[in-house]
Amino acid sequence: MSRFRVAVHIVPRRGLLDPQGKAVTDALHTLGFASVKDVHVGRHLVVEMDASDSSSAERTTRDMCTKLLANPVIEDFEISSVSTL
Amino acid sequence: MKFGIVTFPGSNCDYDAYHAVVDALGEEAQYLWHKDHDLRGSDVVILPGGFSYGDYLRVGAIARFSPIMREVVAHAERGAPVLAICNGFQIACEAGMLPGALLRNASLRFVCEAVRMRVENADTLFTNRYDRGQLITIPIAHGDGRYMADDETLARIEGEGRVVFRYVGGPGDADEWWSPNGSMNAIAGIVNAAGNVLGMMPHPERAVDDLLGSSDGMGVFESILSRVAA
Repeated sequence: MSRFRVAVHIVPRRGLLDPQGKAVTDALHTLGFASVKDVHVGRHLVVEMDASDSSSAERTTRDMCTKLLANPVIEDFEISSVSTL
Repeated sequence: MKFGIVTFPGSNCDYDAYHAVVDALGEEAQYLWHKDHDLRGSDVVILPGGFSYGDYLRVGAIARFSPIMREVVAHAERGAPVLAICNGFQIACEAGMLPGALLRNASLRFVCEAVRMRVENADTLFTNRYDRGQLITIPIAHGDGRYMADDETLARIEGEGRVVFRYVGGPGDADEWWSPNGSMNAIAGIVNAAGNVLGMMPHPERAVDDLLGSSDGMGVFESILSRVAA
């Protein structure tokens, strides 16, 4: 068993109305960042866990995402990194 | 008839629900603690409004795993009534008792006001004391009430008459669909396929006395009573 740190991005599903993302986009435009086309506001979770190897840590985190961390009706998730502690 | 009202950490409409059942409807009610494993003989379960578990992670996401929810889901699967109001509606969606999800209001603002709704289906366990097409006024108070479901689910619940309340009116005060939170099809309340679970964002328990602005919410409680007691 080793200890891993798994980072997960959770974002609103593409195509869904994302009023927070829209508000941030508008604010960036107001600040002069005219090149910004779109912003999506989501969550970033960092899970520390014990697992036999990194693929097992990733698999378990994926399971956590489908059961609790993300709601598949409205959100997509992506495991952005798995690192050994 | 006995109503069981679940109190989660952060529930804040449990007392209003109790008042509606006991003082307005004249029936028995008891609080059920979220850590309980027993509905203690409740005929009807109310999942009340509030901010269970501080709305952490997502609205309703954590409450779904409270010990009492296992019993509530089993109660619903037996065909017994569950009235899920506001945060209760969010919890019921997270628990898979109702389809879809509730997202941040399109305006990004918390909306607290009396709104007009139309009763779209008056044949349900929860609406049989209303007339189809009746306009009622009930308060809403939420920041995450934008109902959303995928196209297939939306078509199904519309086709099966499971959209029971729809927001109407608004600026111009027409009979048109109008959503104070950006809900798809101006949906304010839906029932599950079996018709024994109602989820609604508006608060019928806050509309049980004309002195406080409206008694239009009484119909929900009276409907349950007439159907379950019969």
